Amino acid sequence: MTELIDPTFYIKMYEQMLTIRSFEEKAIELFEHNLIRGNIHPCIGQEAVSVGVCLALRREDYMLNTHRGHGNCIAKGADLKRMMAELLGRSTGYCKGKGGSMHIADFEGGNLGANGIVGGGLPIAVGAGISIQNRGTDQVVACFFGDGAVNQGTFHESMNLAAIWKLPVIFICENNQYALSTPIQEAISIPKISDRALAYGIPGVTIDGNDVTEVYIQMRKAVERARSGKGPTLLDCVTYRFYGHFTGDPGRGITYRSKEEMEEWLRRCPIKRLREYLFREGLLSEEKEEEIQSHVKKSIEEAVRFAQESPFPNPEEATQDLFY
Amino acid sequence: MNLRELTNTEAMVEALKEEMTRDPSIFIIGEDLVAHGGIFGQFIGLPEAFPGRVIDTPISETCIVGAGLGAALTGMRPFVDLHFADFTTCAMDEIVNQVAKIRYMFGGQAKIPLVIWAPDGAGLSAAAHHSQSLEAWFIHTPGLKVVSPCFPYDVKGLIKTSIRSDDPIIFFMHKKIFSRKGPVPEEEYVIPLGKAEIKHPGTDVTIITYSIMVLHALEVAEEMEKEGIRVEVLDLRTLWPMDWERIAESVTKTHRVIIAHEACLTCGFGAEISARIQEELFDELDAPIFRVGAYRVPIPFSPPLERFVIPGKESLKKTIYNMFGKEIDSK
Amino acid sequence: MKGDGFMEKDSKTWLELYRLMVKIRRFETLTGELFASGKIPGFIHLSIGQEASSVGVCSVLRKDDYITTTHRGHGHVIAKGGDVKKMFAELMGRETGYCRGKGGSMHIADFSIGILGANGVVAGGFPIIVGAGLSIKLRGTDQVAVCFFGDGASNRGPFHEALNMASIWKLPIVFVCENNQFASTTSVHYSTSVKSIALRGEAYGIPGRSLDGNNVLEVREAAIEAVERARKGEGPTLLENRTYRLRGHFEGDPQRYRTKEEVEKFSEKDPIRQFQAFLKNQKILNEKSDQEIWNEIDQELQEAIRFAEESPFPQPQDALKDLYVEEGESLIQRRLV
Repeated sequence: MTELIDPTFYIKMYEQMLTIRSFEEKAIELFEHNLIRGNIHPCIGQEAVSVGVCLALRREDYMLNTHRGHGNCIAKGADLKRMMAELLGRSTGYCKGKGGSMHIADFEGGNLGANGIVGGGLPIAVGAGISIQNRGTDQVVACFFGDGAVNQGTFHESMNLAAIWKLPVIFICENNQYALSTPIQEAISIPKISDRALAYGIPGVTIDGNDVTEVYIQMRKAVERARSGKGPTLLDCVTYRFYGHFTGDPGRGITYRSKEEMEEWLRRCPIKRLREYLFREGLLSEEKEEEIQSHVKKSIEEAVRFAQESPFPNPEEATQDLFY
Repeated sequence: MNLRELTNTEAMVEALKEEMTRDPSIFIIGEDLVAHGGIFGQFIGLPEAFPGRVIDTPISETCIVGAGLGAALTGMRPFVDLHFADFTTCAMDEIVNQVAKIRYMFGGQAKIPLVIWAPDGAGLSAAAHHSQSLEAWFIHTPGLKVVSPCFPYDVKGLIKTSIRSDDPIIFFMHKKIFSRKGPVPEEEYVIPLGKAEIKHPGTDVTIITYSIMVLHALEVAEEMEKEGIRVEVLDLRTLWPMDWERIAESVTKTHRVIIAHEACLTCGFGAEISARIQEELFDELDAPIFRVGAYRVPIPFSPPLERFVIPGKESLKKTIYNMFGKEIDSK
Repeated sequence: MKGDGFMEKDSKTWLELYRLMVKIRRFETLTGELFASGKIPGFIHLSIGQEASSVGVCSVLRKDDYITTTHRGHGHVIAKGGDVKKMFAELMGRETGYCRGKGGSMHIADFSIGILGANGVVAGGFPIIVGAGLSIKLRGTDQVAVCFFGDGASNRGPFHEALNMASIWKLPIVFVCENNQFASTTSVHYSTSVKSIALRGEAYGIPGRSLDGNNVLEVREAAIEAVERARKGEGPTLLENRTYRLRGHFEGDPQRYRTKEEVEKFSEKDPIRQFQAFLKNQKILNEKSDQEIWNEIDQELQEAIRFAEESPFPQPQDALKDLYVEEGESLIQRRLV
């Protein structure tokens, strides 16, 4: 992992995390101005997981995503313009306006889609793993899901199948500690989600999901294991979402989370942590930071402009794309 | 009768409160009920009023429905909340193979006083996994009863009846009607299952409909009045058992029928009603039966696409014009 | 087979366990014969070889305790106190059967003695048992609910959801896996990613024990502990009874997935033969008393078969009954022709 001694690698991580954060902040703003319809599930606070995981992937590797999936899309290399256009329901969006925030897919970039069904991605990841195995490539599948998904039947069936067939799948739990309003401690009766790996005879690791380097290192190990045909790994990345479950969640989830808890996690912000590290190690200067920030700002603004200038789809297009 | 205005949600909560007070074997089970008051806040107040009887679950739909079933088989009256009608698919084995069949398969030994409640319907840009209307699947499944009212009065009366029923009920409520208000009596009442109601009397054409489409049909009925077409709106309220008697009565009066639902047209409930009418009341018909429903595509996200796919007031109007040979432009 | 070291040394109980096992064996054998002679329609899944599991667990239960069982469920029903007359009648599709001919072999239930039904869907019992456990807890009784399932079911989603829910709510449930080595035709070594299904308890914080499922006393001892734990409100237990089904998955199964030699090898571990030898060794049973037991049971079963054969088939139009508590023509739509 020589990249870990390369300063530009850390700058890349930082820039990606900032991009995700800015994208989400902008999306919330657009939602509040009624330019985005439906609902969005912001991943602010969880950027380190998206970036740490996806930096260990190649473009041709696959990813399965969740309803809270903008960050993972961006980290996997999606085009911000087409993402924003999809959020605004435009014909230039990734799904031509059919999917929206919860259903962004980018098959060219290996992103097999975000899912509105909790636990919906896991069986698909197994299928992608079987396909890789049969085609004999060395791709891997990164399957994201939240802590809420670990009690769905699909979790169990998928983990077992991936284990018996030694599929190249990395199961990544974005453990933000709440399934909508239900705290993970009330939803499972074991201390760590990673202990579930015991039931399938595969490695399971619980990691600080707000430490992007740690996430990256563990993901790299899991990817190497998967690429070499040794089978799946379960990564439990403990993190926290700063916003509510969705944009309509009162007080960013104050009905089920204490103010103290939310403040405590704000202090553990993954971006702040990386920034402090970069300054401490002399890898980032204020000048460079400004440059990154303005670059990020520009790319988000461009995305918004592109989306707003794009036309809505023709109503009749609603009947297209159902069958091949 | 003392009437007050309640929203559909308030009517439901009031029904649940009254029933839970009356019968200690009733409990509510589902995700995000206690701290959050339900995904739409629709159960707010109940967890405090009935501590221990509103139960939060992990996200495990199969087991949520199954837990309702097992408890129903052993002396309780569970009310299951499934967040979205779309999530019935995650518990399909439980609903179709177990809940619907257990009484029959075991020769009538069991009773299943279970309500599975789920918000359905489109129109909120909630996209393909949170917008479906799936009632036809469950009407098609022997052993289930299906309810889908749209006025607070009906919601309250039918929630109470469903809870008291010893048979399993799938109770759908369109998510766009939650905050819609309507008069509800303060006095105790229930509405029997399987009773449709004329919501607007007319003599020229009957719109047989339910759920949110009743609201569209009522608007259209008002507008058509001005054009000299008197539309009768028949709100089924309960889909199964179907109130054939009321349907036949109305068809015999108007001789023209439109059946409207938000679910997709193909194999929708309209097909069943239409087939039955032509089998039994063919001679009463002065025109072919028309159906109004959604295109057979998943519900798309973008507002213009979604509006195009699901039927509304305009689709009903066009159908009426079509039926009466009027130029659409004349509207 | 060892009996020493078990806490319970009660010859009367032991003989009762033995009788029940013999009763199941004979019930299943006769069922196989009736099926072969065309007297039972449909499909039959026999539990021959797995009697120690049914009896070891159910002998610990009270009449008001609940069980859910599987497609291979005759043994559980008998061990829980089911009426063999009504069972045979159901198998033959008669009016006097448990389900009035609507269920058949795969769907026997007896709600009066806590049998919440056999299930044709693998893992179908899990969610139901969670509901039964929850209901016990809400009603505040000290009943216990037992969920029987096979090794095949342990790889299905409902297993996972149910064990988790039972654990977080400390429900009075005993999950009993009858690991008979095959999910239909698929070996457990292929289908399951862990060596022992009992190990899966760790994923839910549930104690798991892997047992010699052909040793009725070992199963019973573990069941006593698990049931006590459940009754005291300490939560669920996962028991894995390692056993072997000596017959095919269903009657008529060509069994291409295993060798005759393998089946013969496991026949030597036949739970009834083992227990029989043990009881004789303990001087609790001799040749004569053993024969008497088999004869008595045969007599009872022959009577039950006669009862079933003499019972009428249900009226065809009874097919339209029993769907809803509240019945009516509007609920069961007529067929046109």
